[in-house]
Amino acid sequence: MAAYLMQRILWIVPVLVAVAVITFVLMHQVPGGPWDRSKRLPPQALENVNQSYGLDRPLWQQFGSYALGLAQGDLGVSFRSNNRPVSDVLGDGIRISATLGLLALVLSATAGVALGVVAALRRNSALDFASVAFATAGASVPSFILGMLLLVLFTGYLHWLPSGGWGSPQQAVMPVLALSAWPTAYIARVTRASVLDVLHQDYVRTARAKGLQERVVVLRHMLRNALIPVLTVIGPVAAMLVTGSFIIEQLFAIPGIGRAFVTSIGARDYGVIMGTTLLYTFVIVIANLLVDLLYAIIDPRIRYQAHG
Amino acid sequence: MAEPAGAIVTLAPPDRGWLRDALRRLLRNRPAVVGIVIITIFGLMALLAPWVDHHPPTDQHLDATLSGPSARFWLGTDQLGRDQYSRLLHGARVSLTIGVLTQALALTLGVTVGLAAGLGGRRADSLLMRATDVAYSFPDLLMMILLVSIFGVSTIMLILAIGLVSWTTIARLVRGQVLSLQEEDYVLAARALGASNWRIARHHLLPNVMGPVIVTATFGIPAAIFAEAALAFIGLGLPPPTPTWGRLVTDSFNAMFAAPHLVVTSCLAVAITMMSFTFIGDGLRDAFDPRTPPRRSLPDTAAPRVAAVPHEERKAA
Repeated sequence: MAAYLMQRILWIVPVLVAVAVITFVLMHQVPGGPWDRSKRLPPQALENVNQSYGLDRPLWQQFGSYALGLAQGDLGVSFRSNNRPVSDVLGDGIRISATLGLLALVLSATAGVALGVVAALRRNSALDFASVAFATAGASVPSFILGMLLLVLFTGYLHWLPSGGWGSPQQAVMPVLALSAWPTAYIARVTRASVLDVLHQDYVRTARAKGLQERVVVLRHMLRNALIPVLTVIGPVAAMLVTGSFIIEQLFAIPGIGRAFVTSIGARDYGVIMGTTLLYTFVIVIANLLVDLLYAIIDPRIRYQAHG
Repeated sequence: MAEPAGAIVTLAPPDRGWLRDALRRLLRNRPAVVGIVIITIFGLMALLAPWVDHHPPTDQHLDATLSGPSARFWLGTDQLGRDQYSRLLHGARVSLTIGVLTQALALTLGVTVGLAAGLGGRRADSLLMRATDVAYSFPDLLMMILLVSIFGVSTIMLILAIGLVSWTTIARLVRGQVLSLQEEDYVLAARALGASNWRIARHHLLPNVMGPVIVTATFGIPAAIFAEAALAFIGLGLPPPTPTWGRLVTDSFNAMFAAPHLVVTSCLAVAITMMSFTFIGDGLRDAFDPRTPPRRSLPDTAAPRVAAVPHEERKAA
C-alpha cells in the first residue's frame, strides 16, 4: 500500500509535465497573440514587447525558461493585468471560487444526505417519489440552465436578487443554488441507495430488538455505516465545485478562477492559461487519488499493488 | 449433494442473445420508455425540420421581434424576429448530431485503446494507460477550447474536439473488464483451443464489455450536448446564423429579461433532452445487468456510477 501510494504521488509529476507540454504547444498554435488590440501596435513596438517577454525565442526555449521558473514556484506574469504575478491572479480567483464551492458543498451535502435518508426510510412514499424525481431532474439539468431560470424568476420577475457580481450574501444565493443542484441530487441518490442497503442488515434488526429508540437505531447504527459510500463521492464533488464553476461564474459575473481561465484564453494571456490549467489538473489528479485511497480504506478487500 | 441436472437447465432463461434480452428488459423500464419516446419524437422532428417548421429558421420578421407565443409564432420570436419554434427544430439537428457522433467517436477510440491495452501485453498496457491517465487529467474544457481555437469552429471540429475528450472513461472501463475476463475459464479454454486474440476479443470479451460501454456512451450524449452549449456560451459556438441549442440558450440569455419565453423554451428543450438520455442510460444499465430482477418499485441500488456524471461537471473544467 505504501509503495502504491508513493508511486501514485510520484506519477503526479509526469502527468503535470505532460499536460504542461501539451498545453504550451497547443496554446501557441492558437492564432493571434497577447498584444492583439483593436488598435494595432506599431511593428517596432510589437517586436520590443515580444523581445522583452521572450516571445520571439523558439518555443522549446520559452518552455524551458517557463519550466525552470515553475520548478522554483514562479508562474510568470499576466500580460493582461500590468505584469501582475500569475500566482496573485490565481490566488484572488481561487479564494472566490473556493468560497462559492464550499458554500455549495455544505448545502449539497446537508440537503443531499437529508433527502436520501428520508427517501430511504419512507420508501415508496410520496416523499420518496418526490426525492427521486428531484434527484433525477437535478442530475440531468445543467447548472447554467438552472442558473438562467433562477435569474428570470428572482431577478426578472420578482426583483428579489441582484443579477450578478460577488461580495454581498444576496449575490451568492443564486450561484450557490445553481451550483449545488447537481451534487445535491447525486449525493441524495448515493445516500438513498446506501441506506436501503443497510436497512435490513442483521445489526439493525438486533438494535431494534434490543429496544433501542428508533432515533438511536437510525443515527448510530444505520447512518454510520450508510454514509461511508457517500464520503467517497464528496471528494470529486468538492473538486468539481471548487474548480468547475466556470460557466456559473461567467453567468453571474463572479471574478473567480473559472472566469480568469476563460478570459485568459480569449486574451492569449499565456501565463494565466498555463497557471489555471496546471492548477485544475493538480486538483483533478489529487481528487482521483483520494477517491482510490478512500475506497481501499473503506473496503479492506481492495488492495492496490505497485507496478513491478 | 449431486444436483439433478434437469433443475439447472430449467433455471436458465431461454437464450435470446444478450442484445435482445437487454432490449426486452429495457422496454419494461417505464422512465426509459418515456425517454425513448421523447428522443424519438425530437429526433424525428429534427430530421424532418425543413418540412415541419413554420418559417425558415433564419427568416427575420422585423415587425414582430421578441414577441411572445402566438398562433403565427408558436414559441414566439427572438431579437431579430426569428421564429423560436423553427430555430429549436433546426438547432436540434446540430445538437443531436453532435451528441450522438461524439459518443460514436468516443466509443470507437475508447474500445480500441481499452482492448489494445488489455490484450497487448504489459508494455502496451503500461504505455496506453499512462497516455489515458494524462488525457483523463487534462481539463476537458481547456482541450476543447484550444482545439476549436486552433482549427476553427465547425460541426466536424466540435464533434472531434468533444469526442477527443470523452473516450478515456470507456478506455479504462474496457481495459479493466478485459483484464478481469482474461482469467475466466471460458477465455482460458478458448485460448487453450488456439483462438486468436481477435477471435477472443470478438466472441468472448466484447459481448461482456459492450453493456457498460453503451451505458457510458449514453450518459455521454447529454454531456456532449452540454459541452456544445457551454462552448457557445463562452463565444466558441458555430457562427451565426446557424441555429444550435447552445446558440439559442446564449441568445436567450442576452434577452433574458425582455423575453423570458426564449429562456424557458430553449432551456426546457435542452433539459428535457438531457433528462431523456439519462433515463435511457439508467434503464440500459439495469437492462444490461441480468442480476437485477425486474421491479415494480423504485430502484434499490440507484447509486450512480462515476460514468453517469456529465464530463464537464465531473472533471472540473
